Amino acid sequence: MSRTATRAIGVVSRLAGMAATLLVTSFLVFSSLYLAPGDPASFLVRGRSAGPEELARIRHRYGFDEPFLVRYWDWLGGVLHGDFGRSYVFHQDVSSVIWSRLPATLLLIAASALLIAVVGVAAGIVGALRRGTRTDSMLMLLVTVGAAAPAFVAALLLRSLFGVKLGWFPTIGNGTGVLDRLHHVVLPAIALSVTFMAMVTRVTRSSMLEELGREHVEVAVSRGTPRWTVIRRHVLRNALGPIVTVSALLISGMLVSTSIVETAFGMSGVGSLLVTSVNQMDFQVVQAIVLLVVAAFVVVNFLVDLVHPLIDPRVAAAGSAR
Amino acid sequence: MALLEYENLSIALPGTARPVLDGIDLTVSAGEVVALVGESGSGKSVTARSALGLFPTGAHVDGHVRVDGTEVVGAGPAALRAIRTGTASMIFQDPRAGINPVRRIGDFLTEALRVSNGWSKGRADDRAVELLGAVGLPDPERHLRQYPYELSGGMLQRVMIAAALTAGPRLLLCDEPTTALDVSTQAEIMAILGRLQRERDLGMLLITHDIELAAAVCDRIYVMYAGRIVETAPTAQLFGAPRHPYTAGLLGSSPPLRAPAGPPARLTPIPGSPMGLLDSAPGCSFAARCRSARPGVCDRTPPPLEGHGTALVACHLAESLTATDNTATGEGT
Amino acid sequence: MSAQMAGVTRKPIAKLRSMGGGWLEKVCLGLLVLFVLVALFAPWLSPQDPTYGELGTGLVGPGADHWLGTDQGGHDTFSALIEGSRTSLAGPLLVVLVSTVAGIAIGLFAAWRGGWVDTVLGRLLDVVFAFPALLVAILAVAVFGKGMTAPVIAMSVAYMPYTARLVRGLAMQEQARPYIAAYRVQGHSALYVAVRRLLPNIGPTVLAQSSVNFGYALLDLAALSFLGLGVQAPTPDWGAMINQSQAAVLRGQPLSAVVPAVAVVVVVVAFNIVGENVGDRLAGRKT
Repeated sequence: MSRTATRAIGVVSRLAGMAATLLVTSFLVFSSLYLAPGDPASFLVRGRSAGPEELARIRHRYGFDEPFLVRYWDWLGGVLHGDFGRSYVFHQDVSSVIWSRLPATLLLIAASALLIAVVGVAAGIVGALRRGTRTDSMLMLLVTVGAAAPAFVAALLLRSLFGVKLGWFPTIGNGTGVLDRLHHVVLPAIALSVTFMAMVTRVTRSSMLEELGREHVEVAVSRGTPRWTVIRRHVLRNALGPIVTVSALLISGMLVSTSIVETAFGMSGVGSLLVTSVNQMDFQVVQAIVLLVVAAFVVVNFLVDLVHPLIDPRVAAAGSAR
Repeated sequence: MALLEYENLSIALPGTARPVLDGIDLTVSAGEVVALVGESGSGKSVTARSALGLFPTGAHVDGHVRVDGTEVVGAGPAALRAIRTGTASMIFQDPRAGINPVRRIGDFLTEALRVSNGWSKGRADDRAVELLGAVGLPDPERHLRQYPYELSGGMLQRVMIAAALTAGPRLLLCDEPTTALDVSTQAEIMAILGRLQRERDLGMLLITHDIELAAAVCDRIYVMYAGRIVETAPTAQLFGAPRHPYTAGLLGSSPPLRAPAGPPARLTPIPGSPMGLLDSAPGCSFAARCRSARPGVCDRTPPPLEGHGTALVACHLAESLTATDNTATGEGT
Repeated sequence: MSAQMAGVTRKPIAKLRSMGGGWLEKVCLGLLVLFVLVALFAPWLSPQDPTYGELGTGLVGPGADHWLGTDQGGHDTFSALIEGSRTSLAGPLLVVLVSTVAGIAIGLFAAWRGGWVDTVLGRLLDVVFAFPALLVAILAVAVFGKGMTAPVIAMSVAYMPYTARLVRGLAMQEQARPYIAAYRVQGHSALYVAVRRLLPNIGPTVLAQSSVNFGYALLDLAALSFLGLGVQAPTPDWGAMINQSQAAVLRGQPLSAVVPAVAVVVVVVAFNIVGENVGDRLAGRKT
């Protein structure tokens, strides 16, 4: 069989695997909230007194009286069309509730991802090249503490120091206008990235060290290739596989941590929406956000799987040999 | 002036009992093929790498290495690059480990030309195709686009040789170039190396543990043990009358390439095992394994290489052993 | 290196004991023991009742009456730190216990049965793996209400794949070794060999992973309490203490939040260093 055909079959089977994972996920999320104690209809009329007929009418209108599988099927059909149902609290479509908060969260994630990629990888490279020196020891100490510093601790310290004490950055809210929004996102982005930056630094360093010890690196040096060319083309390039794989695995933790950071900094975004929705028992919104977080993780890792042969051609060889 | 010249080169690593290299003197002239023979751990590879300034990390280096008159010990990056990209290049033992697995063969071959000499991709590719032809690889254009995992070990070693020739060097350092290959490929690779050496009049330092292989291709042989050169002589002379017991032991323990008629000669292994970096002996480091060792003599530091012309030996017993009989061949009597 | 490759680990537990570790690891181990002792004897150690808030003594600085000051509600921070160690450590301990036992069982089962059982379990673990632990905990709160019981159970499931995958991988490796075949040939049952012979060999590595998991579980549960979804007032808890001190932080009095934050980081760092160093040594890696 031709290599392209084998590769296409591999992609299709992975795609099917991803779809299965997402289906199981959606079922788990839907059924877990179905289990929630309490009658959603009486929740909907909270505050107002309602007779049994009115409750029955509401149940019927929202489809609460349908069997479980039918309701799951309807919900799933809606989700596939981007319809996550209606929020009981906001009296709006869940999708528009999330959509309006998405830009703030995406900005936060983008800023953190940039920090993680640039600072994390750079620190890892420095650590590997300065292995065993004082710089390396300091970096590794920072990495150990950073990996253990959760977003809420980082947020607390950054807010106290740079927000309250020095007054360099705002301590609360999203800001308005481009520059003000960027000004508001600096501290949250740092708070969100500390842990993941530490992990990326660690994997970059160890992956670089492993590649630095390889004979092909010595061969490149023996051929008079300049040091930085060797590091860029043979060490970092070859170390990229583990760095990308680990970074993709960190995505899920990062997405959840937006709820911590957004709550800590009083920002309005999808993360803080999750927390307020849990507090207000707005199950439709909780369902949608949980599903989106898991789906984002699954899709990103699927894409990383797809591009892996480009990073390391041996992966493609191993795949087609199966 | 010798093309490659070692003068009293010593390399020591912290935390080891004996130096990795201890006073190496060695020369390779232009167009000459010289072998450096010894067991694993004797320091052959370290010696070869030193010619390109590739010293072990943290090592203390003493003495001189000169490539075409340029001093390597203590040389700055620019001088080292000049040697590595011009005068000398090296062929490594395991091509599978020595060629970056995630880059294409073409990239490996042309990197030096493009990065160091600033050649365009087209020009460098043409040169690579020409070199792959010279090492006998059919269909070179296709190989340029392939990845290392798609080629066999023998093919990769040809690629490695082609890469070593890109800059048109005058000195070729071959570190066990056939050890990682299967037997039938070994002969082909040696044949290619021999042909290229003659065609291009290359000076060549062949590092090998196989003294018979060295004899087949080399003009002169250096024998190395525990970081020292213990004997050197033109090939025929070394084979005819080995003067150091270790040389004799090596000859007695390896099967001859061209077996003489009659029943095969019995092989006699050298007893014991080579000395590690954490071991040291007060006198001659080979004494513990030497059948001819004499107490009171061999526990003194052995003399430096001495002798007439190009045949030199460093052994307390060299005179007495050659003067009396051939007990030194280690084959017993 | 060859010595390490040649040496088959016969008695890893004894090896673990003899290896000792560096001074940093000893300090971390000492800190962990200290925190555990504090948690065990918290009611006798805390100088004041941390749930008793005195009006008019809010946000007092450190002094003789309140060693680490008070929070906004006048609660003694030092006492809250001590009593909070109980909930803060007990939650992750339960998560790690349950997830480790379940993970070992599932990992061994997958490795031993192999074939489609292994494949199906692998796919299911992949699905669980896609749910970050904190998200699972938040979901559990959404379903069952605030508190620690539901999140702890839910997080036990979320942490299980890490142990299960590790155990499966190790068991696969060990199975290939001759000693396992030798036991099977002697007529021992698969279960006997797995529990009595295989587990002791892979146990320390699993323990090292559990130690690292403990740190992360602590972070997740503290985050949950920080979000106001976990431990509820007046029960003292480190995450909840930080949550309740947010207003004080904005007023430039962050001490009552910084104290529990430092405790969280110190405990997690200690667990990570102990776990990773032990793991590295078991795997024959030296940093």
